[in-house]
Amino acid sequence: MNPTVDALRATFGNAIGRGLESCGDTIVYVAREALLDAMTWLRDTPEQGYDYLVDVTAVEYRDRERLLEVVYQLRSLARRADLRIKVELDPHGDLTVDSVVPLWRGADWLERETYDMFGVTFRGHPDLRRILMWETYAEGYPLRKDFPLRGRFSRAEQVRQALGANPEAHYSMEELSIAEAYDELPADMKERLRHGERGKLPDTE
Amino acid sequence: MSKRTVELDLATPGLDARGQPVRVPLGVGDAPDATPPEPDLTGEHMLINLGPQHPATHGVLRLVVELDGETVVRVIPHLGYLHSGFEKLGEYRHYNQIIPLTDRTDYLSPMANNVGFALAAEKLMGIEITPRCTVLRVMACEMSRIISHMVWLGTTSIDLGAFTPFLWAFQERERIYNLQEMWTGARLTTSVTRVGGMMADIPDDFVAGLREFTQTFPRTLSEIDRVLTRNGVWVGRTQGVGALTAAEAINHSLSGPMLRASGVPYDVRRDQPYLDYETYDFDVVVGEHGDVYDRYLVRLEECSQSNRILQQALVRLPDGPVNVADPRVILPPKSRAMNDMEAMIYHFKQVMEGVKAPVGEAYVGIENPKGELGNYLVSDGSAKPVRWRIRPPSFINLSALSKMAEGHLLSDLIAINASVDIVMGEVDR
Amino acid sequence: MKRVNETKEVAGQSPNYLLAKFQALVDWAVNASRANSLWPMPFGTACCAIEFMATAASRYDFARFGMERQAFSPRQADVLICAGRLPFKLAPVIRRIYDQMPQPKWVISMGACASTGGIFDNYAMVQGIDTIVPVDVYVPGCPPRPEGLLYGVLLLHKKIKGESLFDRVPRREEQPLDDRGLRLPPEQIDEISEPFGNSVHQFRSS
Repeated sequence: MNPTVDALRATFGNAIGRGLESCGDTIVYVAREALLDAMTWLRDTPEQGYDYLVDVTAVEYRDRERLLEVVYQLRSLARRADLRIKVELDPHGDLTVDSVVPLWRGADWLERETYDMFGVTFRGHPDLRRILMWETYAEGYPLRKDFPLRGRFSRAEQVRQALGANPEAHYSMEELSIAEAYDELPADMKERLRHGERGKLPDTE
Repeated sequence: MSKRTVELDLATPGLDARGQPVRVPLGVGDAPDATPPEPDLTGEHMLINLGPQHPATHGVLRLVVELDGETVVRVIPHLGYLHSGFEKLGEYRHYNQIIPLTDRTDYLSPMANNVGFALAAEKLMGIEITPRCTVLRVMACEMSRIISHMVWLGTTSIDLGAFTPFLWAFQERERIYNLQEMWTGARLTTSVTRVGGMMADIPDDFVAGLREFTQTFPRTLSEIDRVLTRNGVWVGRTQGVGALTAAEAINHSLSGPMLRASGVPYDVRRDQPYLDYETYDFDVVVGEHGDVYDRYLVRLEECSQSNRILQQALVRLPDGPVNVADPRVILPPKSRAMNDMEAMIYHFKQVMEGVKAPVGEAYVGIENPKGELGNYLVSDGSAKPVRWRIRPPSFINLSALSKMAEGHLLSDLIAINASVDIVMGEVDR
Repeated sequence: MKRVNETKEVAGQSPNYLLAKFQALVDWAVNASRANSLWPMPFGTACCAIEFMATAASRYDFARFGMERQAFSPRQADVLICAGRLPFKLAPVIRRIYDQMPQPKWVISMGACASTGGIFDNYAMVQGIDTIVPVDVYVPGCPPRPEGLLYGVLLLHKKIKGESLFDRVPRREEQPLDDRGLRLPPEQIDEISEPFGNSVHQFRSS
């Protein structure tokens, strides 16, 4: 077991859950509230020095009793040590966790993808939008276990929604502000853009 | 023929009183009494859309670029145009059925992907592969590295204007394709590994063919080197372009040649060895400035190092079985399955139920040509994984694009985009 | 009952011998020109795009079939080769590019994913580009070998040489999407997107 687990427990006490080893990898559970502090400590303490974020993802289990876990894979390049941090969230409840983008910029797109696939919101993320699916994707969060493999809508409906996309609407509001192009658009196009391509208002309105 | 003067009555005047072109905003026809705003031709930024269908974006990548004249102020990449639902599909497939899926994520270096996934599945199940299989997998990984870097070289040369290295590089790829086809039957979607071994042992001509390749490949590399490395146009377009410091590279979680070109000597083969890489004699190629030129040099030299590893692997290839001797994991030979009851039952259980993994999870990162390819598998004791996560090196390397391209010209953006060495199948999965 | 002059109605060929011969000559010349200089628009997405590039490289070289100039602008292209899988996010893009191509235009669907959705029978993948654009030649394979793609191109040549300028075929007129926003009726799209064969067993997750 990676000695970091004991050092974490000494520093953060009850906020650190169980620590275990699976196939040679060390895993430690951290409470959601203490996540940002623990990550900052892990990165900045000289003896730990986890300066490299390998991956951010989430796991939802088939067993309905188990919680959804947000998984962070950290690495210390100098010490050649790996660590896996997990935060447990209730899949039927509030899926919010702090963003680690202020610590590692590489987490930017990784957290966006976790949001896109699982619906986990990252507090403090500079630009949390969908990245792999289109921004107003209406069928849900694909990697959740209650999402069927072939999607929720029928094939014809999926094709219709895909073809109905207004390509201009693929620009986000931020991009349209670049060329001041938004102000020049005709009123009906502005309305279509507000609704997104699928006729559904985005949730962050 | 008599001359006629035609008076044209334009709906809107082309030029205003000062001789500047008049910009007519969209929708002005709706309110013809409103005066159009004063055009501000200085300090106006342009919004340019590159892609998703574009020859120079290396796949279906869409870049929205904010330009101030010719200078890039901001670039916002849009992904997802090749999102195929691999990770979702992996939850509905047995471990050996996922191997063909891994071919199609990074389709430029399929055998390395196969090896990465097989290593993760074997770590999860606690299987140790045979020595012969270990050396064969090293050969597969290094062959994949060479073909991936050859595509990179060819397409980057085309983007920067040099067409001939593309043809040379693809000719070398064809020779590796011949070897891959000899071994697996497929040029591109090889599916060469299985959990616990390989799909098949190498055929008799394979070693001789690979040896001949390693002897003649350095000549092509030196030809490409002669054409590009000290070429004024090449150097002018790539030096000082898109530089990243080592600290920025680490903070952006870059990996592979992108990280090493910035001066960070981190190579998964050297620092977290797998497949006995610590016993091979090769150099880790590290750059200095982190610009496009350094990345080019790093990748070119990595091809020579891969050649070196291939030569060593050919010498040390041991005899012996390729698959582990565990009948619960490896399918029995067909003749035994047809004649022996026990073998037939093993065959039936593996095909109908799949190989069950114990409860647990495993992460294995390998040095893909693009960077660190990680496979994270979580199992609940059944034959299909609960979660299959691909840690995509190209996706993470691409997230640094906006940082690298700010302040450069539009043509530099093309060079920087090429230097990231992305393959959209892996970026979007 | 009104007697229909079938020869004139069904095919645009004239019943007059000399005129028919002239039409045949014109057709032969036009079709030969079209077939032997098909400029491809490579809509390459995934692995098939790599095999497409290998077909363009020196070993298989489809420049000898007249496809020397790959047109990256749809305005200058004759045949749209969809090489690779097509997710739903990319669907409006290919439809728009197809609409931007001037007539006469043909479509080659290269690979299993472009033809039927391939191994990706899931939420993200279009189950065959023929739900979106009309396809002339389907090239199976995952990915098809370069020889396979070349065979598909030769089949397209054969198809082109069988066309006639004097036929009023719907394919030579622009067919925008109907007011539902689809190219085919929804029942037909659902029918051709259904899994078949082994795929029907592949939806159990444990």
